[in-house]
Amino acid sequence: MDMHVYEVFQQQKEGGALVHSGNIQAPDDRLAIHYARELYGRRGESVRLWVIPRDHVLELTDPDLLKPPFDRSYRSVEGYRLRDKLASVRAAREGS
Amino acid sequence: MAVETEATIEERTQAFRDHVTSGGKVEMTDWMPDEYRRSVLKFIEMHANSEIMGVLPEREWINRAPSVRRKLALTSKVQDEVGHGQLLYRLAEDLGKPREQMLEDLMAGRTKFHNVFHYPTHTWADVGIIAWLVDAAAILSQKALLTCSYAPYARTMQKICWEESFHIKHGYDIVLSMMNGTEEQRAMVQEALDRWWGPLMQFHGPPTPVEKDKDLAWRIKSKGNEQLRQEFLSMYVPRILDLGLSIPDPNLRYDEETGRWQYTEPSWEELRSVVTGHGPRSQERLAFRRLNYDQGEWVRQAVMTAS
Ligand SMILES: [Fe+2]
Ligand SMILES: [Fe+2]
Repeated sequence: MDMHVYEVFQQQKEGGALVHSGNIQAPDDRLAIHYARELYGRRGESVRLWVIPRDHVLELTDPDLLKPPFDRSYRSVEGYRLRDKLASVRAAREGS
Repeated sequence: MAVETEATIEERTQAFRDHVTSGGKVEMTDWMPDEYRRSVLKFIEMHANSEIMGVLPEREWINRAPSVRRKLALTSKVQDEVGHGQLLYRLAEDLGKPREQMLEDLMAGRTKFHNVFHYPTHTWADVGIIAWLVDAAAILSQKALLTCSYAPYARTMQKICWEESFHIKHGYDIVLSMMNGTEEQRAMVQEALDRWWGPLMQFHGPPTPVEKDKDLAWRIKSKGNEQLRQEFLSMYVPRILDLGLSIPDPNLRYDEETGRWQYTEPSWEELRSVVTGHGPRSQERLAFRRLNYDQGEWVRQAVMTAS
């Protein structure tokens, strides 16, 4: 029988994000669930597990797409420095 | 037998109610009473509608932005908001309503979007006031959703709130730049604030008794309308006055005794009329949404045939 790898995502507390915890190997879905429970739930440390066949995981790591070398500061909070602008508005207001 | 099943549903509903009122969370695949499903769906759908309708007043300014950097920033904000719409429609779809149906209902005026997106924009200062204050008012309601009983929504709000912080800061930057400018530019900001103050005060909705607010009872949201408006005033009145702007409400003042802001009663009649499609730009914006939807039909077709 062929073994398959399954990635396991664990929710540790109700409402929390499902976080990748590791993987297991199993011959079928039913046993995958069982093994996942044994490895990631036997101490009551999970409220929910997602068990996903590795072949079904699509991966993207291309830095040209994820971390493009262009300046993207206009998109972020750090791209705007307001201290001096605010100070000069206040100064003008107090001066008038 | 039938009687026993009915009792079981009631018991389950009561257990569910106890669960959410004590801070418990609900996942998409969990059992939930129909009424909860309908309420959370309606709430998320209205939020999603507001995201995709909210970009229409802003997109009018992409070509008129005063610099390339402003154009990039405004385009990014519009992209973020449409992205929020995508995330939220996805959540709503998982709750059982197809996306096409939601878009049809929106365009036919059967479902709503926030009052502030039914108004026209006049100058670049409106873009600043919208990004600074409308987004600020919105983020206060959105932060109150981080503890939503429907966990997929609460998790999505983390990403949305993170992106919103750039919108507010960029809006503040626009306003500050104009306030550092000419007399005419400062007047433009004041005029924009005068235009938006009424809709901003209406934004969170009329004060509703806690026991009448179903969304509060189900812990879909964690704060009532009036509480959110009070928070908005506490945070933003000082910041607005700090810039030398004046707020167009002679009755606005902080009452030390009650610890609350007093203000002229917002026009709830205007709010009702605007959100039911009778605002100054309601029909024009819906028609534009429809036009885009129809023009994009070939893209949707192509995507489906390609896969
Ligand atoms: Fe948004
Ligand atoms: Fe925003």
